[in-house]
Amino acid sequence: MKKTLFDKIWESHLVEERSDDSALIYIDRHLIHEVTSPQAFEGLRTMKRKVRRPDLTLAVADHNVPTEGRVDGIKDEIARIQVETLEKNVKEFEIPYLPLLDPRQGIVHVVGPEQGFTLPGCTIVCGDSHTSTHGAFGALAFGIGTSEVEHVFATQTLMQKKPKTMLLKVEGSLSVGITSKDLALGVIKKLGASGGTGYILEYSGKQISNLSMEARMTLCNMSIEAGARAALIAPDEKTVLYLKDKPLAPKGDLLKEAKKSWASLFSDEMANYDMKLSINASTIEPHVTWGTSPEDVISINDCIPNPEDAKNDIKKKAMQDSLKYMGLVSGQKLTDIAIDKVFIGSCTNSRIEDLREAALVVEGKKVSAKVHAMVVPGSGLIKLQAEKEGLAQVFIDAGFDWREPGCSMCLGMNPDQLKPKERCASTSNRNFRGRQGRDGRTHLLSPGMAAGAAVAGHFIDITKS
Amino acid sequence: MKPFVKITGIVAFLPEINIDTDAIIPKQFLKTIEKTGLGKYLFYDKRFDVEGKLNSDFVLNKEPWNKAEIIVAGDNFGCGSSREHAPWALLDFGIKCVISTSFADIFYNNSFKNGLLPIVVDKNCLDDLSKFARLGENISVDLEAQTIIVNSFVFNFAIDLYRKHCLIKGLDDVGITLEKSNLIDIYENKIKDKSWVIPDFQNIKL
Ligand code: SF4
Repeated sequence: MKKTLFDKIWESHLVEERSDDSALIYIDRHLIHEVTSPQAFEGLRTMKRKVRRPDLTLAVADHNVPTEGRVDGIKDEIARIQVETLEKNVKEFEIPYLPLLDPRQGIVHVVGPEQGFTLPGCTIVCGDSHTSTHGAFGALAFGIGTSEVEHVFATQTLMQKKPKTMLLKVEGSLSVGITSKDLALGVIKKLGASGGTGYILEYSGKQISNLSMEARMTLCNMSIEAGARAALIAPDEKTVLYLKDKPLAPKGDLLKEAKKSWASLFSDEMANYDMKLSINASTIEPHVTWGTSPEDVISINDCIPNPEDAKNDIKKKAMQDSLKYMGLVSGQKLTDIAIDKVFIGSCTNSRIEDLREAALVVEGKKVSAKVHAMVVPGSGLIKLQAEKEGLAQVFIDAGFDWREPGCSMCLGMNPDQLKPKERCASTSNRNFRGRQGRDGRTHLLSPGMAAGAAVAGHFIDITKS
Repeated sequence: MKPFVKITGIVAFLPEINIDTDAIIPKQFLKTIEKTGLGKYLFYDKRFDVEGKLNSDFVLNKEPWNKAEIIVAGDNFGCGSSREHAPWALLDFGIKCVISTSFADIFYNNSFKNGLLPIVVDKNCLDDLSKFARLGENISVDLEAQTIIVNSFVFNFAIDLYRKHCLIKGLDDVGITLEKSNLIDIYENKIKDKSWVIPDFQNIKL
């Protein structure tokens, strides 16, 4: 029988199949962080249970951590208790942990691939919805809740309903200056915020092969914003090249063995999908969101849409509410909209390639006097690399704040937040109401576009300047 | 986990689509290391104004819906982050059941693990229920019979049988799986020679 990449990974991880299309599947990798794990550890303690495979688990604190003055500890007491609780728990249950002051600390979805913890053909879970990121390596990776974190701790398995599969064929090539972030936003625009619900989204096509590993991660990362819990891209030479010297990836004979196994990780021709779609990459323009759902995507050269054009009353009401919240009027040109803040960071766009892209735009220029802009690298290693390449200096000379790694203003659990009504050009993944700070207004876009907006003080089309 | 069998209660209607988990429980309340006590922060930005004063326009702040046990809401309820704090906050507030035309996958899963029943209904049923909700009527949800009953109206709903069973019995998932640990042993034995899968933590100093 012809099989999809998903079928192959799913079938090789079956511990027990049930008659109703659900199964107990084995989990190869478990990433944990401070926010969604404490109650799971507490559950283990209450029931006197152990972590079955601490050697397949990796912990790091990222959501809550300050991005400056870290050597002095965390000032917010509740945040500090949460990080200390993680440290206490990993010690008690003997789980490998990258401490806050370790240069390898960073956002969990940046750290996993960077350390070679993420491998093709593996099942990977984390108590975080953007676990879909790791699908860029041909791993079946998805976010779980805290009860499931506890389940994985105790059993190294999960009971899962078999998802449906969707193939998204990317035809044509992206134009110069257009990034995988623009493509990702284009996919969400096409599918809607719930179009991928219940599906595993596999990307294929020449343009996908042409994407770097970083760009593939950005694309898979954002798939959850279309509702797809996991995304998949078949591994290739680039995947192996990326992983080759990552510390936790297999070496020598083990790598040879692994490569043999990875070579079968592709969807067979004529394999069956529950749904097939295609998108033409050559039509993708620089994208910016205007509303409070990631599906509210327009091109930089478009105007703010009119709720009267909505396809139904519910959508119309949602659009009206979004416009009010965002302080926008339909018909306004995006390029006329002034911004207050710029955030370059998050597990979507904080990797070295993203920083290079942004630095290229700001080099020799200054951040607009009306704008506060910050760069938060995805990990300490990326920070060091950017400093070595001179990118950090480019940002600092332009007037950017250069911070320490973490989730930061992607969700503003730490002090990095928007004030009410502040408008932010953000490379993160969610523009939900209040996401970056109560009554804050978030516009999602690519790192280069965010950098361009920082300099101009308003949104601009960087492919034209 | 508390079993869910049958409830009768007030229904609050939230006339919005894409209600995300950031709206259900904003991030500043995720710093807790407990599961309880989150009810007072449920829908915080909707229930309270910037000064922390109760927003009397919001349905969950109004009689009789401040005692609601059921929520009826628009499409794609619970989208966004994986935070299980969302069902914890709903339950702690007193909500035991959410009815919508669709749910985000992770929220849907998380709900069952905590004894919160998410029910998927079609658009017509949702419209009818929202009308009853606005009138402040009591609605009964019977999981065993898979019915929603208001006055003399009966709506049926579909649900995965295994999930239904676990919810009615209040079964702990981990306990169920641990009873099959021999199957997990067998699987681990089977993949023994796939040794490239085991990360070598000797390679990184921790
Ligand atoms: S960077 Fe944002 S989206 Fe990514 S893990 Fe952190 S909070 Fe979640």
